[in-house]
Amino acid sequence: MTNTAIDTTNFINGYELVVGLEVHAELATKTKVFCSCPNMFGDEPNTNVCPVCLGLPGSLPVLNHQVVELAIRLGLALNCSVHSSVFHRKNYFYPDMPKDYQVTQYDQPIDREGYLDLPSGKRIGIERAHLEEDTGKSTHIGGGGGRIHGSEYSMVDYNRAGIPLLEIVGKPDIRTSEEAKQYMAELQEILIATGVSDAKMEEGSMRCDANVSVHKPGTEFGTRCEIKNLNSLRSLGKAIEYEARRQIILIEDGERIRQETRHWSDVDSRTHTLRVKENADDYRYFLEPDLVPIVPGDVWIDAVRQALPVLPAARRHKVADAIRSTITDETVIVLVERGWDALLFDCIAAGADPQRAATHLQHNVPPDGPTPTPATLTALTKLEAEGKITATQAKTLMADIVAAGGDADPASLARARGFEAMASDALEGAVDAAIDAQPDAWAKYVSGEEKAMGALVGAIMKTTKGQADGKAVTALLQQRRSTAQ
Amino acid sequence: MNAVEIAAAVQSGTRTAVSVVDEHLAMISQREGDVHAFNLVLTDQARAAAAAIDARIASGEQVGPLAGVPVAVKDNMCTRGIPTTCSSKILEGWKPPYTATAVERLVAAGAIPIGKTNLDEFAMGSSTENSAFGPTRNPHDLSRVPGGSSGGSAAAVAAGFAPVSIGSDTGGSIRQPASLCGVVGVKPTYGLVSRYGLIAFASSLDQIGPFTTTVHDSALLLEVMGGHDHRDSTSLPSAMPPMTAVLGHGVQGLRVGRITNLPDGADPDVTARLDAAFLALEKEGAVLVDVEIPSFSFALTSYYLIAPAEASSNLARYDGVRYGLRVDDVDTAQMNASTRSAGFGAEVKRRIMLGTYALSAGYYDAYYGKALKVRRLMADDFAKAYQRADVLLTPASPSVAFPFGSKTADPLSMYLCDLYTIPSNLCGHPGMSVPFGTGADGLPVGVQILAPALGESEMFRTAAVLEASMA
Repeated sequence: MTNTAIDTTNFINGYELVVGLEVHAELATKTKVFCSCPNMFGDEPNTNVCPVCLGLPGSLPVLNHQVVELAIRLGLALNCSVHSSVFHRKNYFYPDMPKDYQVTQYDQPIDREGYLDLPSGKRIGIERAHLEEDTGKSTHIGGGGGRIHGSEYSMVDYNRAGIPLLEIVGKPDIRTSEEAKQYMAELQEILIATGVSDAKMEEGSMRCDANVSVHKPGTEFGTRCEIKNLNSLRSLGKAIEYEARRQIILIEDGERIRQETRHWSDVDSRTHTLRVKENADDYRYFLEPDLVPIVPGDVWIDAVRQALPVLPAARRHKVADAIRSTITDETVIVLVERGWDALLFDCIAAGADPQRAATHLQHNVPPDGPTPTPATLTALTKLEAEGKITATQAKTLMADIVAAGGDADPASLARARGFEAMASDALEGAVDAAIDAQPDAWAKYVSGEEKAMGALVGAIMKTTKGQADGKAVTALLQQRRSTAQ
Repeated sequence: MNAVEIAAAVQSGTRTAVSVVDEHLAMISQREGDVHAFNLVLTDQARAAAAAIDARIASGEQVGPLAGVPVAVKDNMCTRGIPTTCSSKILEGWKPPYTATAVERLVAAGAIPIGKTNLDEFAMGSSTENSAFGPTRNPHDLSRVPGGSSGGSAAAVAAGFAPVSIGSDTGGSIRQPASLCGVVGVKPTYGLVSRYGLIAFASSLDQIGPFTTTVHDSALLLEVMGGHDHRDSTSLPSAMPPMTAVLGHGVQGLRVGRITNLPDGADPDVTARLDAAFLALEKEGAVLVDVEIPSFSFALTSYYLIAPAEASSNLARYDGVRYGLRVDDVDTAQMNASTRSAGFGAEVKRRIMLGTYALSAGYYDAYYGKALKVRRLMADDFAKAYQRADVLLTPASPSVAFPFGSKTADPLSMYLCDLYTIPSNLCGHPGMSVPFGTGADGLPVGVQILAPALGESEMFRTAAVLEASMA
């Protein structure tokens, strides 16, 4: 148990949820793990295949060097120790597995004992990350509801067979479905930032199984069930919550939880029994005799460490410092996720107000379109800071900038739209005119009815044709009220 | 004519490759009906390849050191577009889309594949009686086995169907049939010859090697086939030890070891020839030394755990899904089972079961795990012995060729055929059988020469001296 006080806010009916995630990430290599077939998603079935990845008699595997490089990179990014390691064979029959064994790492994985920090600061342990080959992809037609049992026939695409995978095994340190989603999101960012994987859950290049159990605090962990088919963060969260409730209901009814593998269905939002694991499967692991040990050596590991990019968590800290925020702030998370932190720092270096620049990037720049150049965004924030345009006008101009491809002169765009700064005395005149025109609203506002301010602001905006700065208007009204009271 | 003579004659133009091939095809048509060395004779392909070699020579092109030499290839090595069966029904009709590295290199040197030779199914056996296509007979006595599993390759050379052939040796599958058929047979150091394209029986033990009528031919074939291959991760990166170049170096001062605790089991006619071999080497200046290999007697039992364990995994892929035999059934799992039941013979099934058992949870430590420990122990014992000796001499086979059916009822008696050959597979060391006279019923007896890893130079020097002493 942890040595910190138990936080009971996340308990369900007095039960604590315990989750450990196993994540499979397809490595972003040019070629497969043991042959030179291209590592490509979405090609015509069974076109990226050769005798090796089809497991034809007599063929032999040869380990792709780039695979080891990426495994080292991820291991270091997850604070693991990188070890000399070996491959084993995991033996079981399945039609999408060409050799009827999977080449994988067993008791000597390459990456061991690390951790990942969630943006909240919570640390989730990483037990190991090991290399293995992916299987082919089966499609079961008719009868069986997409599963092999009861289907009329099955088709296998071996393009996926031999795609390199890293299986990242997290410790059961996760306590809520929200933490599970944060863990996945953070891992996804690390995988992308390090170039280890494109980590697209929707394309299956990042997949997740969740081991879920519940227990009363102070007692041993409950029997866990492994949930498969979690293809999105949404499914992951819903499946964990469903599964926790299912187990609690069973326990409350006096029943025993069976250790089993369950399948999440997005169709009915439930988990279903896939297979019961009364006894552990016997995969008859033994050392893969067709491969030699991986011995990366300190020189290689150090070289990878030197070349490691700054990781998302560190980048968030830097952004948070710059805009005087916390690293869990939505703005910070979004900017790092979209990779716009470098752009932000360029703007700050060019003299932009950090807060304004960050706010524009988060809210006013579409994630998949062109981004403003540092000079353009800096110029825009300066116009705003000098009071030459209002926040509303700046937002409009940002849309113009994006439409223009990101590189534009905000001052020219402002002139083109007729945006002019309102002189402060003109604004004061408009405020006083509005007070005079609506004495009832003014009286209510003075007496403390905040809602009444809306009518006054609306009138001011109307008379100034939207050129008044909303904040300045509010400030003036508050100032007038304080003297009136 | 041996391979060296054929290549010289073809290169110099005194003979055509076509005439060489035709001569061997004539031998095949004469005796193959009795011997059954081949699963497939490549009559048309061999003639076409020979004609191409002759054309290249006529146009003044350079040809390789095996120009025009017919080679018989064990039918567990992939040959592009040519059926490769492992003498199993489960692979009947399958045509590999690629060629094994060893075969590719022989062909590049001018050799001409003349046929695919019979074997014990998936190389599991010591008599070639486990072939799904019927046994091969020993050309020296058709009522006896040629040995195995490379019985077809050994018989093909002994019968004169080809001057040379290649086989694979997992526990003695080259050396034992070589001994029984009276030809030279070599299992090189593990990793010397690429396994790419060799259909695996037990990956950590399998090695490809030659059968020839002379020691020189074997050295030449190994030099052509051997050397690093990037397609086999276990292929050695180091340079090959010299073999043809050292054949005339003699054994003066070479330390030849006799294993004092060699397990009993060899017939007296065989041990008599071994004693004669020691004397012959001593006469040529070799120094005889006694060594002990305490773990020698555990070799057989550990081998029959390790090899079947690997085989149970290597042979899983024959499941009816992608190629070869398929016996349809109610669902995929039943189809797998029915296909494998119909496609594999009794010995293959026995070893798959043995290996599956040895690797199973709860038994792994007692069986497979312990066998691996013996394997390490044995490597240590041999390392110590090789501090005192350069090569070791043992029988290649405990007996001369035995009659058909004499060991098929008792698998263990068949397994004992590999008593003396197995240690070099477990240790990855080279070993070879050299014909050294005859034993009971005038049948050939081979003497086995063992050497440490990459000790091929000393092994071949010894073999050359034994060969010369018989001349």
